[in-house]
Amino acid sequence: MESERDLMLDGNAAAGVLQEIFGEEMTTALTTCDECATGSQMAMLRVFSGGPGLVLRCPACEAVMVRIAQTPRGTFVDVRGVRQMRLPLPSIR
Amino acid sequence: MKRTLEWQIATVKAIRQETANVKTLTLALLKWVPHRPGQHYDIRLTAEDGYSAQRSYSIGSEPERHGEIDITVERIRDGEVSPFLDDVVVVGDRFEVRGPIGGYFVWEASDGGPLLLVAGGSGIVPLMAMARHRAAVGATVPARLLYSSRSFDDIIYRADLDALANRDGLQVFHTLTRSQPEGWQGFARRIDDRMVAEVNKPFGPKAQVFICGPTALVETAADAAEAAGVAAERIKTERFGPTGA
Amino acid sequence: MSERFVTRGFVGKRQDSGAAASRIPPGQHLVKDFPVLSAGPTPRTDLRTWSFRIEGLVKEPAQWTWDEFGKLPAQEFVKDISCVTKWTKLDTRWRGVSADVLLEHVELDGRARFVVAFSDGGYTTNLPLPDVINGQAFVAYEYDGKPLAPEHGGPARLVVPHLYFWKSAKWVRGLRLIERDEPGFWESLGYNNHGDPWKEERYSGD
Repeated sequence: MESERDLMLDGNAAAGVLQEIFGEEMTTALTTCDECATGSQMAMLRVFSGGPGLVLRCPACEAVMVRIAQTPRGTFVDVRGVRQMRLPLPSIR
Repeated sequence: MKRTLEWQIATVKAIRQETANVKTLTLALLKWVPHRPGQHYDIRLTAEDGYSAQRSYSIGSEPERHGEIDITVERIRDGEVSPFLDDVVVVGDRFEVRGPIGGYFVWEASDGGPLLLVAGGSGIVPLMAMARHRAAVGATVPARLLYSSRSFDDIIYRADLDALANRDGLQVFHTLTRSQPEGWQGFARRIDDRMVAEVNKPFGPKAQVFICGPTALVETAADAAEAAGVAAERIKTERFGPTGA
Repeated sequence: MSERFVTRGFVGKRQDSGAAASRIPPGQHLVKDFPVLSAGPTPRTDLRTWSFRIEGLVKEPAQWTWDEFGKLPAQEFVKDISCVTKWTKLDTRWRGVSADVLLEHVELDGRARFVVAFSDGGYTTNLPLPDVINGQAFVAYEYDGKPLAPEHGGPARLVVPHLYFWKSAKWVRGLRLIERDEPGFWESLGYNNHGDPWKEERYSGD
Protein backbone atom coordinates (compact mmCIF):
# COMPACT_ATOMS: atom_id res chain seq x y z
CA MET A 1 0.00 0.00 0.00
CA GLU A 2 1.57 3.27 -1.05
CA SER A 3 2.05 5.65 1.83
CA GLU A 4 -0.22 8.64 1.71
CA ARG A 5 2.74 10.89 1.01
CA ASP A 6 2.89 9.27 -2.39
CA LEU A 7 -0.44 10.86 -3.24
CA MET A 8 1.19 14.26 -3.32
CA LEU A 9 2.50 14.89 -6.77
CA ASP A 10 4.41 17.79 -8.16
CA GLY A 11 3.68 20.21 -10.97
CA ASN A 12 5.03 17.78 -13.57
CA ALA A 13 1.78 15.87 -13.08
CA ALA A 14 -0.24 18.95 -14.04
CA ALA A 15 1.87 19.70 -17.11
CA GLY A 16 -0.73 18.48 -19.60
CA VAL A 17 -3.61 20.42 -18.04
CA LEU A 18 -1.50 23.56 -17.72
CA GLN A 19 -0.44 23.36 -21.35
CA GLU A 20 -4.09 22.91 -22.33
CA ILE A 21 -5.07 26.03 -20.43
CA PHE A 22 -2.16 28.35 -21.10
CA GLY A 23 -1.38 27.16 -24.59
CA GLU A 24 2.26 26.56 -23.85
CA GLU A 25 4.57 24.45 -21.72
CA MET A 26 4.27 25.83 -18.18
CA THR A 27 6.38 23.64 -15.93
CA THR A 28 9.39 25.92 -16.09
CA ALA A 29 7.36 29.10 -15.48
CA LEU A 30 8.55 30.90 -12.35
CA THR A 31 5.82 31.63 -9.81
CA THR A 32 5.87 33.79 -6.72
CA CYS A 33 3.66 32.67 -3.83
CA ASP A 34 1.31 35.46 -2.78
CA GLU A 35 1.37 34.22 0.80
CA CYS A 36 5.08 33.81 1.53
CA ALA A 37 6.79 35.22 -1.59
CA THR A 38 8.73 32.01 -2.26
CA GLY A 39 9.71 31.63 -5.90
CA SER A 40 9.19 28.19 -7.44
CA GLN A 41 9.09 26.78 -10.91
CA MET A 42 5.62 25.47 -11.65
CA ALA A 43 6.96 21.91 -11.73
CA MET A 44 7.82 22.24 -8.06
CA LEU A 45 4.37 23.18 -6.82
CA ARG A 46 2.58 20.45 -4.91
CA VAL A 47 -0.36 19.09 -6.84
CA PHE A 48 -3.48 17.70 -5.20
CA SER A 49 -6.19 16.10 -7.30
CA GLY A 50 -9.05 17.22 -5.09
CA GLY A 51 -11.67 15.29 -6.99
CA PRO A 52 -13.65 18.24 -8.28
CA GLY A 53 -10.46 19.89 -9.45
CA LEU A 54 -6.73 20.38 -9.28
CA VAL A 55 -5.02 22.41 -6.56
CA LEU A 56 -1.42 23.57 -6.81
CA ARG A 57 0.17 24.63 -3.53
CA CYS A 58 3.34 26.42 -2.52
CA PRO A 59 6.05 23.90 -1.64
CA ALA A 60 7.25 26.19 1.16
CA CYS A 61 4.09 27.29 2.98
CA GLU A 62 1.38 25.05 1.42
CA ALA A 63 -0.82 28.03 0.51
CA VAL A 64 -3.16 27.48 -2.42
CA MET A 65 -1.57 29.06 -5.49
CA VAL A 66 -3.59 27.75 -8.41
CA ARG A 67 -7.02 26.09 -8.55
CA ILE A 68 -8.34 24.50 -11.73
CA ALA A 69 -11.75 22.94 -12.33
CA GLN A 70 -12.52 21.53 -15.77
CA THR A 71 -16.31 21.36 -16.07
CA PRO A 72 -18.72 21.00 -18.97
CA ARG A 73 -19.41 24.73 -18.56
CA GLY A 74 -15.78 25.56 -19.15
CA THR A 75 -12.50 25.55 -17.32
CA PHE A 76 -12.34 27.63 -14.15
CA VAL A 77 -8.92 28.90 -13.13
CA ASP A 78 -8.05 30.83 -9.99
CA VAL A 79 -4.48 32.11 -9.79
CA ARG A 80 -4.94 34.60 -6.96
CA GLY A 81 -2.39 32.65 -4.93
CA VAL A 82 0.26 33.50 -7.54
CA ARG A 83 1.57 36.99 -7.04
CA GLN A 84 3.60 36.91 -10.20
CA MET A 85 4.31 34.49 -12.99
CA ARG A 86 7.31 34.67 -15.28
CA LEU A 87 7.23 32.66 -18.48
CA PRO A 88 10.53 31.79 -20.15
CA LEU A 89 11.26 33.30 -23.55
CA PRO A 90 10.59 30.87 -26.38
CA SER A 91 13.70 28.85 -27.04
CA ILE A 92 15.24 28.48 -30.46
CA ARG A 93 14.27 24.91 -31.29
CA MET B 1 6.96 26.75 -27.48
CA LYS B 2 3.32 27.39 -28.33
CA ARG B 3 1.66 24.22 -29.43
CA THR B 4 -1.79 22.92 -28.61
CA LEU B 5 -1.84 19.41 -27.27
CA GLU B 6 -3.98 17.16 -29.39
CA TRP B 7 -5.22 13.68 -28.73
CA GLN B 8 -4.20 11.07 -31.27
CA ILE B 9 -4.63 7.32 -31.55
CA ALA B 10 -1.75 5.08 -30.49
CA THR B 11 -1.52 1.44 -31.52
CA VAL B 12 0.14 -1.16 -29.33
CA LYS B 13 2.98 -2.65 -31.36
CA ALA B 14 4.65 -4.80 -28.76
CA ILE B 15 4.37 -5.76 -25.13
CA ARG B 16 7.31 -6.78 -23.00
CA GLN B 17 7.24 -8.06 -19.45
CA GLU B 18 9.97 -6.29 -17.50
CA THR B 19 9.37 -7.68 -14.01
CA ALA B 20 6.49 -9.51 -12.36
CA ASN B 21 4.45 -6.32 -11.97
CA VAL B 22 5.86 -4.14 -14.73
CA LYS B 23 5.26 -4.17 -18.47
CA THR B 24 6.50 -2.05 -21.34
CA LEU B 25 4.07 -1.18 -24.10
CA THR B 26 5.54 0.00 -27.39
CA LEU B 27 3.09 2.39 -29.02
CA ALA B 28 3.15 3.38 -32.68
CA LEU B 29 1.99 6.96 -33.24
CA LEU B 30 0.93 8.33 -36.62
CA LYS B 31 1.63 11.87 -35.44
CA TRP B 32 4.83 11.00 -33.58
CA VAL B 33 7.20 13.89 -32.91
CA PRO B 34 10.60 13.50 -31.26
CA HIS B 35 10.27 13.96 -27.53
CA ARG B 36 12.78 15.35 -25.07
CA PRO B 37 14.02 12.59 -22.73
CA GLY B 38 12.11 12.95 -19.46
CA GLN B 39 8.83 13.95 -21.04
CA HIS B 40 5.61 11.97 -20.72
CA TYR B 41 2.42 11.23 -22.60
CA ASP B 42 -1.11 11.36 -21.19
CA ILE B 43 -3.30 8.41 -22.11
CA ARG B 44 -7.08 8.44 -22.06
CA LEU B 45 -9.26 5.37 -21.84
CA THR B 46 -12.96 5.60 -22.58
CA ALA B 47 -15.59 2.98 -21.82
CA GLU B 48 -18.58 2.35 -24.05
CA ASP B 49 -20.85 4.46 -21.86
CA GLY B 50 -18.52 7.43 -22.02
CA TYR B 51 -16.82 6.94 -18.65
CA SER B 52 -13.19 7.86 -19.04
CA ALA B 53 -9.96 7.80 -17.08
CA GLN B 54 -6.74 9.59 -17.81
CA ARG B 55 -3.19 8.88 -16.64
CA SER B 56 0.31 10.15 -17.38
CA TYR B 57 3.18 7.82 -18.31
CA SER B 58 6.80 8.79 -18.78
CA ILE B 59 8.40 7.83 -22.07
CA GLY B 60 11.08 5.21 -21.51
CA SER B 61 12.44 5.13 -25.03
CA GLU B 62 14.86 7.48 -26.76
CA PRO B 63 13.63 10.07 -29.33
CA GLU B 64 16.08 8.54 -31.83
CA ARG B 65 13.60 5.68 -32.24
CA HIS B 66 11.24 7.19 -34.74
CA GLY B 67 7.50 6.72 -34.92
CA GLU B 68 7.03 4.94 -31.64
CA ILE B 69 7.38 5.34 -27.90
CA ASP B 70 7.77 2.94 -24.98
CA ILE B 71 5.71 3.44 -21.87
CA THR B 72 6.43 1.28 -18.87
CA VAL B 73 3.54 0.58 -16.55
CA GLU B 74 3.70 -0.72 -13.02
CA ARG B 75 0.63 -2.62 -11.95
CA ILE B 76 -0.83 -0.93 -8.90
CA ARG B 77 -2.99 -3.22 -6.80
CA ASP B 78 -6.58 -1.95 -6.82
CA GLY B 79 -5.65 0.57 -9.48
CA GLU B 80 -8.14 1.50 -12.16
CA VAL B 81 -5.94 1.83 -15.23
CA SER B 82 -2.80 -0.23 -14.60
CA PRO B 83 -4.60 -3.54 -14.10
CA PHE B 84 -6.44 -2.86 -17.37
CA LEU B 85 -3.16 -2.19 -19.19
CA ASP B 86 -1.70 -5.30 -17.61
CA ASP B 87 -4.57 -7.76 -18.02
CA VAL B 88 -6.58 -6.66 -21.02
CA VAL B 89 -4.43 -4.81 -23.53
CA VAL B 90 -2.95 -6.88 -26.39
CA VAL B 91 -0.91 -6.05 -29.45
CA GLY B 92 -3.13 -4.26 -31.92
CA ASP B 93 -5.20 -2.47 -29.30
CA ARG B 94 -5.57 1.26 -29.62
CA PHE B 95 -6.15 4.12 -27.22
CA GLU B 96 -5.89 7.87 -27.15
CA VAL B 97 -2.68 9.64 -26.17
CA ARG B 98 -1.47 13.21 -26.18
CA GLY B 99 1.99 14.62 -25.79
CA PRO B 100 4.88 14.80 -25.46
CA ILE B 101 4.44 16.86 -22.31
CA GLY B 102 6.93 18.48 -19.96
CA GLY B 103 9.68 21.06 -20.02
CA TYR B 104 11.19 20.97 -16.59
CA PHE B 105 12.29 17.40 -16.03
CA VAL B 106 14.11 16.93 -19.33
CA TRP B 107 17.72 16.31 -20.36
CA GLU B 108 19.31 16.19 -23.76
CA ALA B 109 22.95 15.48 -24.52
CA SER B 110 23.44 19.09 -25.57
CA ASP B 111 22.68 20.07 -21.95
CA GLY B 112 25.99 18.50 -20.96
CA GLY B 113 26.89 17.03 -17.60
CA PRO B 114 28.19 15.36 -15.61
CA LEU B 115 24.87 13.62 -15.19
CA LEU B 116 23.65 11.99 -11.98
CA LEU B 117 20.41 10.05 -12.28
CA VAL B 118 18.66 8.78 -9.16
CA ALA B 119 15.62 6.52 -9.40
CA GLY B 120 13.30 4.57 -7.15
CA GLY B 121 11.11 1.82 -8.57
CA SER B 122 9.18 2.91 -11.65
CA GLY B 123 10.89 6.30 -11.38
CA ILE B 124 13.55 4.75 -13.60
CA VAL B 125 11.41 5.25 -16.70
CA PRO B 126 12.15 8.90 -17.62
CA LEU B 127 15.78 8.43 -16.60
CA MET B 128 16.02 5.43 -18.92
CA ALA B 129 14.94 7.66 -21.80
CA MET B 130 17.81 9.98 -20.90
CA ALA B 131 20.31 7.10 -20.68
CA ARG B 132 19.15 5.54 -23.94
CA HIS B 133 19.25 8.89 -25.70
CA ARG B 134 22.77 9.51 -24.42
CA ALA B 135 23.88 6.16 -25.85
CA ALA B 136 22.02 6.68 -29.14
CA VAL B 137 23.78 9.96 -29.89
CA GLY B 138 27.13 8.65 -28.73
CA ALA B 139 27.50 11.33 -26.04
CA THR B 140 30.56 11.08 -23.83
CA VAL B 141 29.08 13.08 -20.98
CA PRO B 142 30.02 11.23 -17.76
CA ALA B 143 26.86 9.69 -16.35
CA ARG B 144 26.01 7.69 -13.25
CA LEU B 145 22.72 6.09 -12.29
CA LEU B 146 21.78 5.20 -8.72
CA TYR B 147 18.74 2.93 -8.79
CA SER B 148 16.78 1.74 -5.78
CA SER B 149 14.64 -1.39 -6.06
CA ARG B 150 13.09 -3.70 -3.52
CA SER B 151 14.86 -6.84 -4.74
CA PHE B 152 16.92 -8.13 -7.65
CA ASP B 153 13.85 -9.38 -9.47
CA ASP B 154 12.20 -5.97 -9.12
CA ILE B 155 14.91 -4.17 -11.09
CA ILE B 156 13.16 -2.77 -14.16
CA TYR B 157 15.24 -2.78 -17.39
CA ARG B 158 17.88 -4.85 -15.62
CA ALA B 159 19.37 -6.44 -18.73
CA ASP B 160 19.21 -3.21 -20.75
CA LEU B 161 20.99 -1.34 -17.96
CA ASP B 162 23.73 -3.97 -17.92
CA ALA B 163 24.13 -3.56 -21.67
CA LEU B 164 24.32 0.25 -21.45
CA ALA B 165 26.78 0.03 -18.58
CA ASN B 166 29.18 -2.06 -20.59
CA ARG B 167 29.03 0.07 -23.69
CA ASP B 168 29.70 3.71 -23.18
CA GLY B 169 30.63 4.66 -19.69
CA LEU B 170 27.24 4.85 -18.02
CA GLN B 171 27.95 3.64 -14.51
CA VAL B 172 25.04 1.94 -12.81
CA PHE B 173 24.77 1.55 -9.05
CA HIS B 174 21.98 -0.57 -7.68
CA THR B 175 20.67 -0.60 -4.17
CA LEU B 176 18.29 -3.35 -3.08
CA THR B 177 16.31 -2.34 -0.03
CA ARG B 178 14.35 -5.44 0.99
CA SER B 179 16.28 -8.50 -0.08
CA GLN B 180 19.55 -9.21 -1.82
CA PRO B 181 20.68 -12.31 -3.71
CA GLU B 182 23.54 -14.32 -2.36
CA GLY B 183 26.89 -12.74 -3.10
CA TRP B 184 25.35 -9.32 -3.74
CA GLN B 185 28.03 -6.64 -4.08
CA GLY B 186 25.89 -3.55 -4.48
CA PHE B 187 24.24 -1.30 -1.90
CA ALA B 188 21.68 -2.90 0.38
CA ARG B 189 19.76 -0.08 2.03
CA ARG B 190 17.50 2.87 1.28
CA ILE B 191 19.10 5.84 -0.44
CA ASP B 192 20.68 8.20 2.10
CA ASP B 193 23.14 11.11 2.29
CA ARG B 194 26.18 8.85 2.44
CA MET B 195 25.18 6.82 -0.61
CA VAL B 196 24.45 9.84 -2.77
CA ALA B 197 27.69 11.53 -1.71
CA GLU B 198 29.64 8.38 -2.58
CA VAL B 199 28.05 7.96 -6.00
CA ASN B 200 28.34 11.66 -6.80
CA LYS B 201 31.93 11.97 -5.57
CA PRO B 202 33.70 12.19 -8.97
CA PHE B 203 31.13 14.72 -10.19
CA GLY B 204 31.12 17.08 -7.24
CA PRO B 205 29.05 20.28 -7.22
CA LYS B 206 28.96 20.47 -11.03
CA ALA B 207 26.61 17.49 -11.35
CA GLN B 208 23.27 17.86 -13.09
CA VAL B 209 20.97 15.75 -10.99
CA PHE B 210 17.64 14.17 -11.97
CA ILE B 211 15.68 12.30 -9.33
CA CYS B 212 12.46 10.39 -9.94
CA GLY B 213 10.41 8.06 -7.80
CA PRO B 214 8.08 8.03 -4.79
CA THR B 215 7.89 11.31 -2.88
CA ALA B 216 9.82 10.13 0.18
CA LEU B 217 12.74 8.85 -1.88
CA VAL B 218 12.81 11.98 -4.04
CA GLU B 219 12.94 14.28 -1.03
CA THR B 220 15.65 12.27 0.69
CA ALA B 221 17.79 12.10 -2.44
CA ALA B 222 17.34 15.80 -3.22
CA ASP B 223 18.40 16.75 0.30
CA ALA B 224 21.33 14.36 -0.01
CA ALA B 225 22.45 15.89 -3.31
CA GLU B 226 22.39 19.35 -1.76
CA ALA B 227 24.29 18.06 1.24
CA ALA B 228 26.86 16.69 -1.20
CA GLY B 229 27.41 20.21 -2.51
CA VAL B 230 25.17 20.34 -5.58
CA ALA B 231 23.32 23.65 -5.89
CA ALA B 232 19.53 23.42 -5.69
CA GLU B 233 19.12 24.77 -9.25
CA ARG B 234 21.04 21.82 -10.61
CA ILE B 235 18.71 19.29 -8.95
CA LYS B 236 15.50 18.41 -10.75
CA THR B 237 12.87 16.14 -9.29
CA GLU B 238 9.75 14.36 -10.39
CA ARG B 239 7.49 12.74 -7.84
CA PHE B 240 5.52 9.70 -8.85
CA GLY B 241 2.25 9.20 -7.10
CA PRO B 242 0.03 6.35 -8.06
CA THR B 243 -0.33 8.08 -11.43
CA GLY B 244 -0.13 4.66 -12.95
CA ALA B 245 -3.01 3.43 -10.88
CA MET C 1 -19.65 16.50 -25.85
CA SER C 2 -17.06 15.63 -28.47
CA GLU C 3 -17.03 12.14 -29.93
CA ARG C 4 -14.86 9.82 -27.98
CA PHE C 5 -12.70 6.95 -29.10
CA VAL C 6 -13.84 3.90 -27.19
CA THR C 7 -11.09 1.75 -25.72
CA ARG C 8 -11.71 -1.96 -26.21
CA GLY C 9 -12.35 -3.74 -22.96
CA PHE C 10 -12.09 -0.75 -20.63
CA VAL C 11 -14.70 -0.50 -17.91
CA GLY C 12 -12.96 1.15 -15.00
CA LYS C 13 -13.38 0.17 -11.40
CA ARG C 14 -17.11 0.36 -11.44
CA GLN C 15 -19.27 -2.24 -9.87
CA ASP C 16 -22.40 -3.65 -11.36
CA SER C 17 -25.21 -1.97 -9.48
CA GLY C 18 -27.68 -4.83 -9.82
CA ALA C 19 -30.52 -4.62 -7.34
CA ALA C 20 -29.16 -1.40 -5.85
CA ALA C 21 -29.65 0.58 -9.06
CA SER C 22 -32.53 2.63 -7.63
CA ARG C 23 -30.28 3.89 -4.86
CA ILE C 24 -27.72 5.31 -7.23
CA PRO C 25 -28.27 8.92 -8.30
CA PRO C 26 -28.24 9.75 -12.03
CA GLY C 27 -24.83 9.69 -13.68
CA GLN C 28 -23.20 7.91 -10.77
CA HIS C 29 -21.60 4.50 -10.56
CA LEU C 30 -21.06 2.19 -7.65
CA VAL C 31 -17.67 1.63 -6.04
CA LYS C 32 -16.65 -0.69 -3.26
CA ASP C 33 -13.47 1.08 -2.16
CA PHE C 34 -13.33 4.55 -0.59
CA PRO C 35 -11.41 6.95 -2.85
CA VAL C 36 -9.21 9.54 -1.17
CA LEU C 37 -9.41 12.92 -2.86
CA SER C 38 -8.02 16.01 -1.21
CA ALA C 39 -7.41 19.66 -1.99
CA GLY C 40 -4.37 19.73 0.22
CA PRO C 41 -2.08 17.86 2.57
CA THR C 42 -3.71 15.95 5.40
CA PRO C 43 -3.67 18.15 8.47
CA ARG C 44 -2.33 16.53 11.62
CA THR C 45 -4.18 18.23 14.43
CA ASP C 46 -3.23 17.56 18.01
CA LEU C 47 -6.33 16.34 19.82
CA ARG C 48 -5.20 18.29 22.84
CA THR C 49 -5.71 21.53 20.96
CA TRP C 50 -8.60 20.42 18.70
CA SER C 51 -11.89 22.20 19.17
CA PHE C 52 -15.23 22.44 17.39
CA ARG C 53 -17.07 25.75 17.32
CA ILE C 54 -20.45 27.07 16.36
CA GLU C 55 -20.14 30.77 15.78
CA GLY C 56 -21.42 33.68 13.73
CA LEU C 57 -25.06 34.74 13.94
CA VAL C 58 -25.69 33.06 17.28
CA LYS C 59 -26.31 34.71 20.63
CA GLU C 60 -23.22 33.06 22.17
CA PRO C 61 -20.77 30.84 20.30
CA ALA C 62 -20.44 27.26 21.53
CA GLN C 63 -17.17 25.36 21.63
CA TRP C 64 -16.11 21.87 22.59
CA THR C 65 -12.72 20.29 23.22
CA TRP C 66 -12.13 16.77 21.91
CA ASP C 67 -12.99 15.27 25.27
CA GLU C 68 -16.12 17.37 25.56
CA PHE C 69 -17.15 16.51 22.02
CA GLY C 70 -16.79 12.82 22.76
CA LYS C 71 -19.26 13.16 25.61
CA LEU C 72 -22.02 14.58 23.44
CA PRO C 73 -24.86 12.22 22.56
CA ALA C 74 -23.71 10.31 19.51
CA GLN C 75 -25.39 7.98 17.04
CA GLU C 76 -24.51 5.49 14.40
CA PHE C 77 -25.47 6.58 10.88
CA VAL C 78 -25.60 4.32 7.83
CA LYS C 79 -25.74 6.38 4.68
CA ASP C 80 -25.21 6.30 0.93
CA ILE C 81 -22.72 8.88 -0.27
CA SER C 82 -22.11 10.34 -3.72
CA CYS C 83 -19.10 12.26 -5.00
CA VAL C 84 -19.42 14.73 -7.87
CA THR C 85 -16.68 12.75 -9.63
CA LYS C 86 -19.40 10.15 -10.14
CA TRP C 87 -18.70 7.46 -7.60
CA THR C 88 -21.35 6.39 -5.12
CA LYS C 89 -20.81 4.22 -2.10
CA LEU C 90 -23.73 2.54 -0.37
CA ASP C 91 -24.28 1.80 3.31
CA THR C 92 -21.33 3.69 4.70
CA ARG C 93 -21.29 3.38 8.46
CA TRP C 94 -20.42 6.34 10.65
CA ARG C 95 -20.60 7.35 14.26
CA GLY C 96 -20.88 10.96 15.30
CA VAL C 97 -22.93 13.82 16.63
CA SER C 98 -25.94 15.14 14.77
CA ALA C 99 -25.84 18.81 13.80
CA ASP C 100 -29.20 19.13 15.53
CA VAL C 101 -27.57 18.19 18.84
CA LEU C 102 -24.79 20.72 18.24
CA LEU C 103 -27.22 23.50 17.31
CA GLU C 104 -29.18 22.90 20.51
CA HIS C 105 -26.29 24.52 22.32
CA VAL C 106 -26.69 27.87 20.61
CA GLU C 107 -29.47 30.35 20.12
CA LEU C 108 -29.73 31.25 16.46
CA ASP C 109 -30.05 34.86 15.45
CA GLY C 110 -33.13 35.42 13.30
CA ARG C 111 -30.91 36.48 10.39
CA ALA C 112 -29.05 33.15 10.25
CA ARG C 113 -29.94 31.52 6.95
CA PHE C 114 -26.77 29.83 5.73
CA VAL C 115 -23.93 27.81 7.21
CA VAL C 116 -20.26 27.81 6.28
CA ALA C 117 -18.35 24.74 7.45
CA PHE C 118 -14.67 25.49 7.96
CA SER C 119 -11.79 23.06 8.27
CA ASP C 120 -8.13 22.75 9.15
CA GLY C 121 -6.12 23.60 6.05
CA GLY C 122 -8.52 26.36 5.00
CA TYR C 123 -11.21 24.38 3.17
CA THR C 124 -14.74 25.74 3.34
CA THR C 125 -18.13 24.73 1.99
CA ASN C 126 -21.48 26.47 2.27
CA LEU C 127 -24.96 25.08 2.94
CA PRO C 128 -28.45 26.51 3.44
CA LEU C 129 -29.45 26.10 7.09
CA PRO C 130 -32.47 23.94 6.15
CA ASP C 131 -30.01 21.37 4.66
CA VAL C 132 -28.11 21.07 7.92
CA ILE C 133 -30.95 20.44 10.37
CA ASN C 134 -33.49 17.68 10.90
CA GLY C 135 -31.07 14.79 10.82
CA GLN C 136 -29.47 15.73 7.52
CA ALA C 137 -25.96 16.48 8.79
CA PHE C 138 -23.63 15.20 11.44
CA VAL C 139 -20.03 15.51 12.58
CA ALA C 140 -18.51 12.05 12.38
CA TYR C 141 -15.45 10.75 14.19
CA GLU C 142 -15.79 7.07 13.42
CA TYR C 143 -16.05 5.30 10.11
CA ASP C 144 -16.84 1.62 9.77
CA GLY C 145 -16.46 1.06 13.50
CA LYS C 146 -12.98 2.59 13.73
CA PRO C 147 -11.69 6.09 14.49
CA LEU C 148 -11.91 8.18 11.32
CA ALA C 149 -8.56 7.98 9.50
CA PRO C 150 -6.77 11.27 8.75
CA GLU C 151 -6.88 10.77 4.97
CA HIS C 152 -10.66 10.43 5.20
CA GLY C 153 -11.04 13.55 7.30
CA GLY C 154 -10.14 12.43 10.81
CA PRO C 155 -10.28 13.28 13.63
CA ALA C 156 -13.72 14.58 12.63
CA ARG C 157 -15.50 15.52 9.43
CA LEU C 158 -18.86 16.88 8.46
CA VAL C 159 -21.11 14.37 6.72
CA VAL C 160 -24.07 15.64 4.70
CA PRO C 161 -25.09 12.55 2.73
CA HIS C 162 -27.98 14.05 0.81
CA LEU C 163 -25.62 16.39 -1.06
CA TYR C 164 -22.51 15.70 -3.15
CA PHE C 165 -19.68 14.67 -0.90
CA TRP C 166 -17.55 17.79 -1.39
CA LYS C 167 -20.01 19.36 1.05
CA SER C 168 -18.96 16.84 3.70
CA ALA C 169 -15.96 18.85 4.80
CA LYS C 170 -13.00 16.81 6.00
CA TRP C 171 -11.08 17.96 9.08
CA VAL C 172 -14.03 20.17 10.05
CA ARG C 173 -13.48 22.56 12.95
CA GLY C 174 -16.76 24.38 13.07
CA LEU C 175 -19.88 25.89 11.56
CA ARG C 176 -20.44 29.57 11.10
CA LEU C 177 -23.99 30.89 10.80
CA ILE C 178 -24.34 33.71 8.27
CA GLU C 179 -27.03 35.80 6.67
CA ARG C 180 -25.80 36.01 3.09
CA ASP C 181 -24.54 32.95 1.29
CA GLU C 182 -20.78 32.65 0.84
CA PRO C 183 -19.65 30.14 -1.83
CA GLY C 184 -16.96 27.85 -0.48
CA PHE C 185 -13.82 26.33 -2.00
CA TRP C 186 -15.37 24.43 -4.90
CA GLU C 187 -18.59 26.45 -5.11
CA SER C 188 -16.48 29.44 -6.08
CA LEU C 189 -14.76 27.51 -8.85
CA GLY C 190 -17.58 26.38 -11.11
CA TYR C 191 -19.36 23.89 -8.88
CA ASN C 192 -23.00 24.08 -7.95
CA ASN C 193 -23.91 26.10 -4.92
CA HIS C 194 -26.36 23.48 -3.65
CA GLY C 195 -25.20 20.09 -4.91
CA ASP C 196 -28.19 17.71 -4.86
CA PRO C 197 -27.10 14.45 -6.57
CA TRP C 198 -30.70 13.46 -7.37
CA LYS C 199 -31.07 16.62 -9.42
CA GLU C 200 -27.50 16.31 -10.74
CA GLU C 201 -26.62 19.75 -9.41
CA ARG C 202 -22.94 19.33 -10.18
CA TYR C 203 -21.86 22.59 -11.77
CA SER C 204 -22.96 26.19 -11.38
CA GLY C 205 -25.90 26.78 -13.66
CA ASP C 206 -27.16 23.19 -13.42
